[in-house]
Amino acid sequence: MPESYVPKEAIGHGDGGTAALAIGEAESLERRPSAAPPSAGPPGAPVGKPRSLWSDAWHDLRRNPVFVLSALVIVFLVVIAIWPQLIATGNPYRADLAKAQQGSQPGHPFGFDTQGRDVYTRVVYGARASITVGVCATTGAALLGSLLGGLAGFFGGWGDTLLSRLADIFFGIPVILGGLVFLSVVTSTTVWPVVGFIVLLGWPQVSRIARGSVVTAKQNDYVQAARALGAGNGRLLLRHIAPNAVAPVIVVATIALGTYIALEATLSYLGAGLKPPTVSWGIDISTASTYIRSAPHMLLWPAGALSITVLAFIMLGDAVRDALDPKLR
Amino acid sequence: MGRYVVRRLLQMIPVFIGSTFLIFFMVYALGDPVAAMFGDRAPDPATAAQIRRDLYLDQPLGKQYLHYMGQIFQGNFGTAFNGQSVTELMASAFPVTLRLTLIAIVLEMLVGITLGVFSGLRRGRGIDTSVLLLSLVVVSVPTFVSGYLLQFVFGVRWAWAAPSVSPEAPLNELLLPGLVLALVSLAYVTRLTRTSIAENVRADYVRTALAKGLPRHRVITRHLLRNSLIPVVTFIGTDIGALMGGAIVTERIFNIHGVGFQLYQGILRQNSPTVVGFVTILVLVFLLANLLVDLLYAVLDPRIRYA
Amino acid sequence: MRVVRARAGALLAAVALAATACGGGSAGQAGVVSASWGDPQNPLEPANTNEVQGGKVLEMLFRGLKRYNPTTGAAENVLAERIETADSQNFTVTLKPGWTFSNGEKVTAKSFVDAWNYGAFIGNRQKNAPFFQYIDGFDRVHPENGKPTARTLSGLVVKDDKTFTVRLNQKFSSWPDTLGYSAFMPLPRAFFSDHDGWLQKPVGNGPYLVDSYEKGSVLRMRKWQKYPGSDPARNGGIDLRVYTDNNTAYTDLQAGNLDLVDDVPAAQLRHVKSDLGGRYINQPAGIIQTLTFPMYRKEWSRPGSDKVRRGLSMAIDRKQITKEIFENTRTPATDWTSPVLGADGGYRAGLCGAACEFDPVKARQLIKEGGGLPGGRMTLAYNADTGSHKDWIDAICNSINRSLGNDRACVGDPVGTFADFRNKISAQAMNGPFRAGWQMDYPLIQNFLQPLYYTNGSANDGKFSDKRFDKLVNEANAATDRAKAVATFQDAEKILAQQMPAIPLWYQNGSGGYSERISHVSLNPFSVPVYNAITVN
Repeated sequence: MPESYVPKEAIGHGDGGTAALAIGEAESLERRPSAAPPSAGPPGAPVGKPRSLWSDAWHDLRRNPVFVLSALVIVFLVVIAIWPQLIATGNPYRADLAKAQQGSQPGHPFGFDTQGRDVYTRVVYGARASITVGVCATTGAALLGSLLGGLAGFFGGWGDTLLSRLADIFFGIPVILGGLVFLSVVTSTTVWPVVGFIVLLGWPQVSRIARGSVVTAKQNDYVQAARALGAGNGRLLLRHIAPNAVAPVIVVATIALGTYIALEATLSYLGAGLKPPTVSWGIDISTASTYIRSAPHMLLWPAGALSITVLAFIMLGDAVRDALDPKLR
Repeated sequence: MGRYVVRRLLQMIPVFIGSTFLIFFMVYALGDPVAAMFGDRAPDPATAAQIRRDLYLDQPLGKQYLHYMGQIFQGNFGTAFNGQSVTELMASAFPVTLRLTLIAIVLEMLVGITLGVFSGLRRGRGIDTSVLLLSLVVVSVPTFVSGYLLQFVFGVRWAWAAPSVSPEAPLNELLLPGLVLALVSLAYVTRLTRTSIAENVRADYVRTALAKGLPRHRVITRHLLRNSLIPVVTFIGTDIGALMGGAIVTERIFNIHGVGFQLYQGILRQNSPTVVGFVTILVLVFLLANLLVDLLYAVLDPRIRYA
Repeated sequence: MRVVRARAGALLAAVALAATACGGGSAGQAGVVSASWGDPQNPLEPANTNEVQGGKVLEMLFRGLKRYNPTTGAAENVLAERIETADSQNFTVTLKPGWTFSNGEKVTAKSFVDAWNYGAFIGNRQKNAPFFQYIDGFDRVHPENGKPTARTLSGLVVKDDKTFTVRLNQKFSSWPDTLGYSAFMPLPRAFFSDHDGWLQKPVGNGPYLVDSYEKGSVLRMRKWQKYPGSDPARNGGIDLRVYTDNNTAYTDLQAGNLDLVDDVPAAQLRHVKSDLGGRYINQPAGIIQTLTFPMYRKEWSRPGSDKVRRGLSMAIDRKQITKEIFENTRTPATDWTSPVLGADGGYRAGLCGAACEFDPVKARQLIKEGGGLPGGRMTLAYNADTGSHKDWIDAICNSINRSLGNDRACVGDPVGTFADFRNKISAQAMNGPFRAGWQMDYPLIQNFLQPLYYTNGSANDGKFSDKRFDKLVNEANAATDRAKAVATFQDAEKILAQQMPAIPLWYQNGSGGYSERISHVSLNPFSVPVYNAITVN
């Protein structure tokens, strides 16, 4: 990575090289600063202290039906993850091999898996491990990645170099090799080693994306202007750069949530993921995948549950991103 | 610019040493590979000891590593357990995987960016929703499922394409595997493009350009797209590596003997020359890809300049 | 959007092009059969090949003193005119005349003796070296520690071009019947003079010769027109194609892209009959699956634990698992050998008795009497990387859990790689029973018992040791009468039924499928296709 980014326009000399710029960049001079002036607040906002971008966003979100709906779905999923017995009275381990791969029947709406276990009960009970892995790993990777990537992009220099090269090496480690090594030394049967491993594997990608966004965002004139006005690094990053750089991170994180839950399946399949008797969508999806021709229902239901989860988080992420975007006001 | 590139290339040396050692250590940590060579039979101790001696496995880790590096500097990447030299394996595997990756990346860029632009321009409308649902399916159905499914449908039911790829792996046979490989990344590229486009489409410069009377498609391709591509380009840069080394599932399903296949074999058989050799080349590929991405930043956004 | 549209057009054109180029794939040249194959783990040297994939090639490329009849499994003379002994310890081997290698070189007594000496010598680190351990002088060419003191086996003496003698270091009446194993094949001079060249393109004396070998992707074998044996190839050749996933091979077979698959994946078994109709093979093979107990752990070998082991065996519903999980491609086991031996060879159905029959009530009672499961719970270890072991391991655990009325009594314990799994076994680090599959080397009851349960046997992974068992095996090996030997081996086997050091699960069948292009397809008792008998329609 570059040791130093030198903007063509020296700070405070906005017209320095404008002539040479492409139209887009020249026009972006007119972009509105992210810190919205008080008058830009939505109508009906309490008059008085100017609200920050973040509280503005929260105010918007509460009125956004997409946000409310997806938040409700997520709350529902979390409740199910904590108390699965609320909607499933069966036992996810009870196996009756005589019913192996049978389809839907009264009392067993989703049918049975290869071991003759009730698919509905397993889908409900699988929520706990899958959502824990998905949400925790995504949060971890997103926080770690955007923190490191953001700082690297903002400050540049040797820290950036070091971080980027470190990320290169991490990218190089094959998932399988890493998984086998990391998880063969861990004997815990909880989900945390798996979460830790996915964070370790996932942060470089987020950090790359975050770094790229910050590198672009800090070129913006309002940032240069704020700097010229004497804003500190912390203020610059939090107030001016973060809101403009956060969108790609949210996009990547919400999709990654789904792929991380699937990654847990791959790891479990390799014998390096969640240890039995843990129930998870990932484990069930990977078992079902080879039986796709003879018993597609085994795949359909856990994959459907995974889809709904990912959908809820993608919608939520979209809503949050919109709320944070000053240009959409 | 030139100096910057040279400096970046020089950084490859420490990364090379660091990653070889890390991977070497990880394979070492997996344990002794010799027992597995004897199948379900307990290894004959004398034969096993002789094999360990021949492979330098009876030495401490540090010595093994130095011996290995010494060999590399003489251009010798060692041999796999079936007697093939690793250089030979790399010569046959990398071109195949390179072609596969190329197809996947091209698909990602063409399909992903196109869909992203359309759904970004028509936010909340029918096309946007359908694209979202499509990406959901792609994200929640694992590659091995979509792979087997497409293989069965295209290869057996409709007989449009051979279900497996022949050893020569020509480009046309790699189209279907390339699509399967690209699927999940497609979701990322589409969503990233969509978000960027949606964010920038209301920017004043777009309005100005349109007001100036520029044709709409010119505004979209020259101004809007160019300004929206940085996150997408960054993602694709990180994805090149993931595609090349992570194509294990796809290569397995379509019987492609590429990098993913060799790596998987090497890891399962705990053959450090194979694994270290392949991963080292992969890390160098990431370094080059990321250098390219960083240089592209400056092309896409001329305010970014390297010294 | 003109640019984008043009590109999309180009892409469509490319897809269409690919479709026409690959449509209706036919399976290769006239008279040549394409068959699925796995990449062999070792170079194709006969004494270094200890797994089935390399074994397939050697079966086509070589003929030895004896060969196991592809249908009955009986050891029959091929290159041997006769193998004579007076004392079960000194043997005289006489060769049939007229055999050559495919490069024209004559097969002589020296071709065998040189090959065996090569295989046994420690410096050549051949993995099948222990197969020569009964020959006198093995400890000098292959010492346990230190340097070898000889390069050749003193027990092997060449008398003339067609005769050599073998002196064993112990009595072993059925030793000649072991000689069909691939480690005992003869080798031409070229193997020693140009080793690398030979490995690139191996030369043997079997019905096929190697046309070309692209390592890791395809091995092309062609009919050797001048093959002197009685079982020449009935097809023009075999192309062995490397597949990494047997599902892909199966799909290729369905698409008409491949002629022969010798391993139908478990997940396809439910619809294999509707896919292939009569072109599906499912026949017994010399493979038995067991759950082996770590007898080196106190909790599994303390007095009374034999009741727990027998009880666990009775808690497994073999019939239901072989039906639901394996679609009857496995047969519930009732002894520790295999049906392919035949009753004369030592297979006896029901030898295990009640201990191998599903009886949950009796099982619970026995386990309780024996002091219960150690710590109240157990794990079943298996390797996750090869084969789909997870499904049946889970099914066994579920069966045990149901029998014991405890959801958490038994769980599967996946180990990432086969290498790690073997290392844990060698290091005696297993905490509970673990999966073990035994594929016979030669169809003798000795091969199912001695390596696996004799004190310090080469595959005795559970470290079972019983003086009476060892004594009976020694007696059986020394017996010159075949029927008496088999009966003594079965007496030894009855000790296994009492002690249950390993739970016999099921006999594995060989399964395969083939295209409409070929016929006369069968599998031999080693579950390897009988390639030379296949005809192309």
